[in-house]
Amino acid sequence: MRHLLSTRDLSRDAAIELLDVAEDMADTQLREVKKLPTLRGKTVVNLFFEDSTRTRISFEAAAKRLSADVINFSAKGSSVSKGESLKDTAQTLQAMGADAVVIRHPASGAPQTLATSGWIDAGILNAGDGTHEHPTQALLDAYTIRKRVHGSASRGKDLDGLRVTLVGDVLHSRVARSNVWLLTTLGATVSLVSPPTLVPVNTTGWPVAIGYDLDEAIEGKPDVIMMLRIQAERMRDAFFPNSREYSKRWGLDDGRLGKLQATTIVMHPGPMNRGLEISAAAADSPQSTVREQVTNGVSVRMAALYLLLSGDREDA
Amino acid sequence: MTTHTYVLRRATLADGSTADIRIANGIIAELGGSLSANGASVIDADGLLALPGLVDLHTHLREPGYEQSETVLTGTQAAAAGGFSAVFAMANTSPVADTAGVVEQELALGQEAGYATVQPIGAVTVGLAGEQLAELGAMATSRARVRVFSDDGSCVSDPLLMRRALEYVKSFDGVIAQHAQDPRLTVGAQMNEGAVSSELGLQGWPAVAEESIIARDVLLAEHVGSRLHVCHVSTAGSVDVIRWAKARGIAVTAEVTPHHLMLTEELVRSYDARYKVNPPLRRQEDVLALREALADGTIDIVATDHAPHPTEHKDCEWDAAANGMVGLESALSVVQASVIDNGLLTWTDLARVFSATPARIGRLSGHGQGIVQGAPAQVLLYDPSAARVFGTEQLAGKGMNSPYLDLTLPGRVVATFHDGYATVLDGTLRPADEVAQAALSRRAGSHV
Repeated sequence: MRHLLSTRDLSRDAAIELLDVAEDMADTQLREVKKLPTLRGKTVVNLFFEDSTRTRISFEAAAKRLSADVINFSAKGSSVSKGESLKDTAQTLQAMGADAVVIRHPASGAPQTLATSGWIDAGILNAGDGTHEHPTQALLDAYTIRKRVHGSASRGKDLDGLRVTLVGDVLHSRVARSNVWLLTTLGATVSLVSPPTLVPVNTTGWPVAIGYDLDEAIEGKPDVIMMLRIQAERMRDAFFPNSREYSKRWGLDDGRLGKLQATTIVMHPGPMNRGLEISAAAADSPQSTVREQVTNGVSVRMAALYLLLSGDREDA
Repeated sequence: MTTHTYVLRRATLADGSTADIRIANGIIAELGGSLSANGASVIDADGLLALPGLVDLHTHLREPGYEQSETVLTGTQAAAAGGFSAVFAMANTSPVADTAGVVEQELALGQEAGYATVQPIGAVTVGLAGEQLAELGAMATSRARVRVFSDDGSCVSDPLLMRRALEYVKSFDGVIAQHAQDPRLTVGAQMNEGAVSSELGLQGWPAVAEESIIARDVLLAEHVGSRLHVCHVSTAGSVDVIRWAKARGIAVTAEVTPHHLMLTEELVRSYDARYKVNPPLRRQEDVLALREALADGTIDIVATDHAPHPTEHKDCEWDAAANGMVGLESALSVVQASVIDNGLLTWTDLARVFSATPARIGRLSGHGQGIVQGAPAQVLLYDPSAARVFGTEQLAGKGMNSPYLDLTLPGRVVATFHDGYATVLDGTLRPADEVAQAALSRRAGSHV
């Protein structure tokens, strides 16, 4: 794998290979000594132009458990905040000999620009770009679903026949986009439930059904319900009237939690707004995979870094 | 090469006929078969089209203020290389062209450089801020004789201010050229809003933000009986609105850019900021509607919206990149590929939409009169049978932000004559000192 920029272009086989490697990585994390020598001597740069402590420490833990040297480069307090361009930053990292760059950027497409610009030779791993994609989040979600459904027999399996409902702010969600493509590629049927203002204006090319009614979606007995984070500033931009109305119509509250099948998996990529898009009871219920998602995130990112950096790197 | 008498031998005119053209004393002195050389420089124009010098109603020359992007000299060199004899210079310079002083400075810079007539456009509002009318009358009566006013880059979004501007310019036969973009509907907009933006996660620029302003403006123009010009029309819906307005007899004219006639939003999938432009590249359906509209006269003219930027403003992530493309050097080739080679427009139509009509909308004398005896010698020799891979070596201005690099485009400008002297010969720009000297001689009325 030369880069990991999106799930849109990830084939079923490549996705399953990555999930299977993540299974191997997870197994190693049950050992007393968790650290593997695999990426010794490799340098991984976490290049974060947006604050995201969770994602950054997940990648940092993954790289360190593979014995890579990790450099954290945060836009805050660095030359970037003084106006240095993405190009100059990339060329600096190139000059320092970075082998992989994990990039989080507020501009959609910034990882692709980095990968195709010729500014840097390193493998580029997209850790979330604008409102475009967040491929490792979708991979860890797929991993988590597969693990819940297939347990120790997960290897080699896809998500065939599973029905997944994503709820919330799809318009601004890179998590939603990455999941739509990946879960569909893996055989799941994806549907979206959202206020009409928070669905992209044209989704004719998306392999999904779109609805506005969460109760109707729950009556359809989905296997997985994934709640997306809603951001407070969306209210100011008139996407919905206020948090109370949002919560009442599109939040997974206790009443809706009670109507879910006992086997329905409840997911959230974090950080959660408890009481807004998800109630405390839903977040902490046995159906919830919120903490598993975090644990699995490290294994999936270990797998991604491993596939990016080990063996022969073919030229893109 | 100081002689300013030329005979263009066996040139093909737009209507397909063949003639020799004598250029002397700044005019087309003689048109006919087998003209005698009589001391003139003879140019073999066999197989070449002789077209009237192109007139661009929408050029960003960047000077004063943004000379790292372009200057009047380099911008008019780009114009000459593309076959233009006149360009209308947009007002979003620094300082903004909102006073007589600035427009007279631009006029003078153009006259000194000599590569093309530079006709300044005046700002509609002070500082393009959309709050208070600029001194439109002072600009109109200045030496620059401004007739076109535009806040291009920004929309005159306040309906009352737009109404007043339309009314006010009637006293000197002016026209308001509107950049139609509802600002509230396009906050943070990055590309056309639709299937591609939804997938790429780029903030959308909806077609309705253009169409709603055009609809409002044509009704305002009708109400006050004024002339309206719509800049860079980019959507099929806008074409419908303009078609309706024209059928109603409203005095509206409209332009389309070469890039909106050829390129679509699909290119944005690369996140290559060369394709970032405002209004954005639209859908294939829009491209086809714009071509039809140019062919049926709903859209009156082609204008380039030539917008040079320094490399660092494009060599970055999409959101951070500047809007705009250079277009003067490639314009005629792109128009040929988009609407001529497929038979939608003839070369006679081309002379109308890219020379005569823009000169008429802008009330610019000395241009757009065609290849006729006695007309000012604004002439372009063009080889439509040529094909070339478009590269940076064809860019004569400062900006390298062309979306056509590495594409094969038809046609090649062989020679450009402005006021009777050559700005381009053998496909190559004439030196700056030679052109400046020729322009000086022409202004002094002495014919070398």
